[in-house]
Amino acid sequence: MLSRVADNLYWMSRYLERAEHTARVMGVQLNLMLEQDPRTSSRRWLRTLGALGNSTPVAANQDPFAPAQIYALRQITGGIASARENARQVREQISSEMWEHLNRLFHEVKRIESAGFWTRQPLDFVSTILESSHLFQGVTDSTMNHGEGWQFIQVGRFIERAAATARLLDLYFREFRESLGEAMDSVVHMEWIGLLRSCTAFEAYCKVYTADLRPERVAEFLLLNAEFPHSVRFAADSVQRSLDAINEVASSKRSARVAKMAGRFRAGLIFTPLEEIVTGLAEFFADIQKQCARIHSAIYEVYIAYPIEAAIEA
Amino acid sequence: MATPRLDEGRLDEPRLDSDPFSHYLLDSAYDEMFDAQRRPRPHYQALHELLLGMPADEMRRKKQAADASFLNQGITFTVYGRDEGTERIFPHDLLPRIITRAEWETIERGLAQRVTALNLFLKDIYNEGRCLAAGVVPREMIYSCRHFRRQMRGFAAPKGIYVAVMGTDLVRLPDGRFVVLEDNLRVPSGVSYMLTSRQVMKRTFPELFQRTDVRPIDHYAEALLSTLRALAPEGRPEPNIVLLTPGVYNSAYFEHTFLARQMGIELVEGRDLVVHDNVIYMRTTTGLRRVDVIYRRVDDDFIDPLAFRSDSTLGVTGLFNAYRAGNVTLANALGTGVADDKALYAYVPKLIRYFLGEDPILDNVETYLLTERAERRHVLAHLDQYVVKAVGESGGYGMLIGPHSTAEQREEFRARIEADPRNYIAQPTLMLSRAPCFFDGRVEPRHVDLRPYILCGDKVTIVPGGLTRVALRTGSLVVNSSQGGGSKDTWVLQ
Repeated sequence: MLSRVADNLYWMSRYLERAEHTARVMGVQLNLMLEQDPRTSSRRWLRTLGALGNSTPVAANQDPFAPAQIYALRQITGGIASARENARQVREQISSEMWEHLNRLFHEVKRIESAGFWTRQPLDFVSTILESSHLFQGVTDSTMNHGEGWQFIQVGRFIERAAATARLLDLYFREFRESLGEAMDSVVHMEWIGLLRSCTAFEAYCKVYTADLRPERVAEFLLLNAEFPHSVRFAADSVQRSLDAINEVASSKRSARVAKMAGRFRAGLIFTPLEEIVTGLAEFFADIQKQCARIHSAIYEVYIAYPIEAAIEA
Repeated sequence: MATPRLDEGRLDEPRLDSDPFSHYLLDSAYDEMFDAQRRPRPHYQALHELLLGMPADEMRRKKQAADASFLNQGITFTVYGRDEGTERIFPHDLLPRIITRAEWETIERGLAQRVTALNLFLKDIYNEGRCLAAGVVPREMIYSCRHFRRQMRGFAAPKGIYVAVMGTDLVRLPDGRFVVLEDNLRVPSGVSYMLTSRQVMKRTFPELFQRTDVRPIDHYAEALLSTLRALAPEGRPEPNIVLLTPGVYNSAYFEHTFLARQMGIELVEGRDLVVHDNVIYMRTTTGLRRVDVIYRRVDDDFIDPLAFRSDSTLGVTGLFNAYRAGNVTLANALGTGVADDKALYAYVPKLIRYFLGEDPILDNVETYLLTERAERRHVLAHLDQYVVKAVGESGGYGMLIGPHSTAEQREEFRARIEADPRNYIAQPTLMLSRAPCFFDGRVEPRHVDLRPYILCGDKVTIVPGGLTRVALRTGSLVVNSSQGGGSKDTWVLQ
C-alpha cells in the first residue's frame, strides 16, 4: 500500500473519531445543562473545553458556554470535512459505499450548519453525527477488505479514542479530587453519569457494577475493561492487533519496533496493579496520552515518512 | 396546465396539452431523433414511444434520482478560473443518444485508421523524419509547435505506440455524415462520465434497456489495462502498472480515482514516486516497489522538473531519464501533443494517405491555416462566419465563434491572429446535429458531439459508444464541460 494512502486512511479515521467524540461530549453536556444549576455551568463548560483539547484560554469574566459551542462546532464540522478530504484523496482505496456515506454526511453537515441548526436544535445535530459515524464504521467493516488499509483505519480510530478518553478522565478526576472518598450529592452523581455517557458507557457500566456509581470503579471500567469498545484497554488491544497485522505484511526490524510499542502500551494496562493506578491516576492518564503520541510518531517513521536511503539499503 | 379531457384514456391520440414534444422545433441541423418529415427514425422509435407514454412527473422523478446519484457518488468536475467553482456535478441529460450499428462500424474503422496513422507519424517525426523530407508536412509546422518535445528525438516508444489512449471528437453534419472535429492525444478525459452515466441510466430506464439492444461498454477498464500491459518494458512479465494523477485538485481527479479502482491499480501522485539509478519506485508501507508502466494523466510540461518545467511540483524528478533508459513506459508517450495541434490537424488526411496508402474513412472539417496569406486574408474579412481556435488549446478555451461574437471580440482576435498567425486556425461554423434532451417536463433539441475513446496497444480497441456532449444552453454550439456543456449516455445498437 502507498504510504500516502496509509496516511490518508489513518487521518480519515482519526478525524471522524474526533468529530464523533466531540459530538457525544457536547450532547451529554447540553443535556445536563437542562436540569442543572446555572451557577455551576461555567465550571462544566471550562472542563468540557479542556476535555476536547482546546488550548485557547477563556477570559475569567467570560461565560465559557459560547466559546465551547463554537469550538465544538468547529471540531465537528472541521473533523468531518477533513475526514472527507482524506477519503477523497484515496477514493479508489475505500469502498464506494464508504465514500458515498461520508460524502453525504459532509453535505448534510454543511446544510445543517448553514441553516443554523447548531444553535437551534443542537441535540438533533449531535444525534445525526453520532448515527452517521456509527453507520460509517459499519459500512467500513462490511464493505472494505480487512487488509492493510482497514488496519490503518483501526489504528487511527483507536489511538484517537484512547487519548481522548484518557484526557476526559483526567479532567474529571482532577476536578473532583477533593470529594472522591465522600458520599455523592445528586449534582456530582449526575456529573459521573455524564462522564460515562460521554463514552457511551453508562449502560455497559451498570451491567458490570450495577447503578452504584463510584469514581474508582468508573476509572477501572473506562481504563481496564477488555470487552467495552470505548475503554482504553479495548483501544489498546485493537491498536496492537492492527499494528501486528500490518507488521506481518511489512515484517522488517523497524516495523517490529512499532508493534512492540503497542504491545507495551497494552501490557501496561493489563499488568499494572489497580492500587498502583489509583494512587497515581494523574500520571497514569498522562502516560496513556504520551504513549499514544509515541506510537503515532513511530508509525510515521516506519511506514509513512521514512528516508529513501533506509529503504534502498534494505 | 393539463385539464381533464373525456378521451383521457386513449393512448393512440397524443394529448396536445401534455405533448412533451410541443417545443421540439426542427431546423437545418441534422436531428438525431426525427427525420425531415418529423417521423422518428427507426432506432429512436422505442424512446419516442416511451416519452409519449410517460407522465412528465415520472420523468422529473427519474431526473432527480439520476442527479442525486451523481452527487452522492461525487461525480464532479472542477472549473478553473472561478472562485466558487470548486466542485460541481457534471450536468447530465436523461435521454440517451442512439447510434445504429452501421454508423458505428464506419466510425470504428475510421478511428482505427486514424490512430494507426498518427502513431506512425509520431514515430517518424521523432526519428527518421521521412514525411518531413517528402514534404508531406512542412518542417516549420512541426518545429514551431509548442508541444513538440526535442527531448524525444531519437527515442522510439515501445512497440511504436505513442498514443495508447485517444479521444477524438466527432460531429455530425446536416447531411448525416460524421466528421472529425479534433483529436485529443495528450491526456484525453471524460471516459469516466461515459461509464458512470451508463450505470445511472441502467438504474433509471431498465424498461428501455430491455426493449433496445444496447452494446455494453463495461469492459473499457479491462481493455485499458491490457493495452497498458502490452506496452510494459521487455523482461517485466508481471508489470506494476500505476496511474499518475496531478492530485485531488485536478479537474479530472474523479476520473483518475475511478479508472484506478476499475483497473485495480495504484493511483499515485508525483510525491509517491522516487527515481534511483534510472529505475522508478513507489513509496509503500512495505518499502519501495518498482514501477513498470505509468498511465500518466499529468501533462508533459509538469511530469519531470529536471527535463521540462523546473517549477513543477506535480512531477517526478528523473522520470524522463528512466523513460529514455527504457526502464519504464509512459502512456501516452511524451510529445504526442504535436499531432493534435489544430494546425497539424489539417494535414491528417494527407498523413493517412502517406503512411497507410488509404483514403481517410472519416473526413476532416474544412480548415483554414492562417499562416497561408490568402486563407488568412479571406478569414479576416469574414470573421463573423468562422470559428477561430488557438492551435494548442483544448476544453473550449481560446476560441472565437464568429456568428455569436461581438465586434469587439472580433477585433481582439484579428489583432491576435495578425500578431501570431501560426497560433490560430479557422473553420466554418458547423451546424452540429441535435438530439432530444429533457428539460423540466418537456423535450427539446440541443446540439451534440461525440467523443469515442480509442485504445491502441497490441491491437486497437474501441468500446462501442463514447461521451456524447451536449450544449445545454438553447442554440449554443459549445459542448465543453468547462463552458456549460453536459453529457448524455451514448447507445450503440447491436
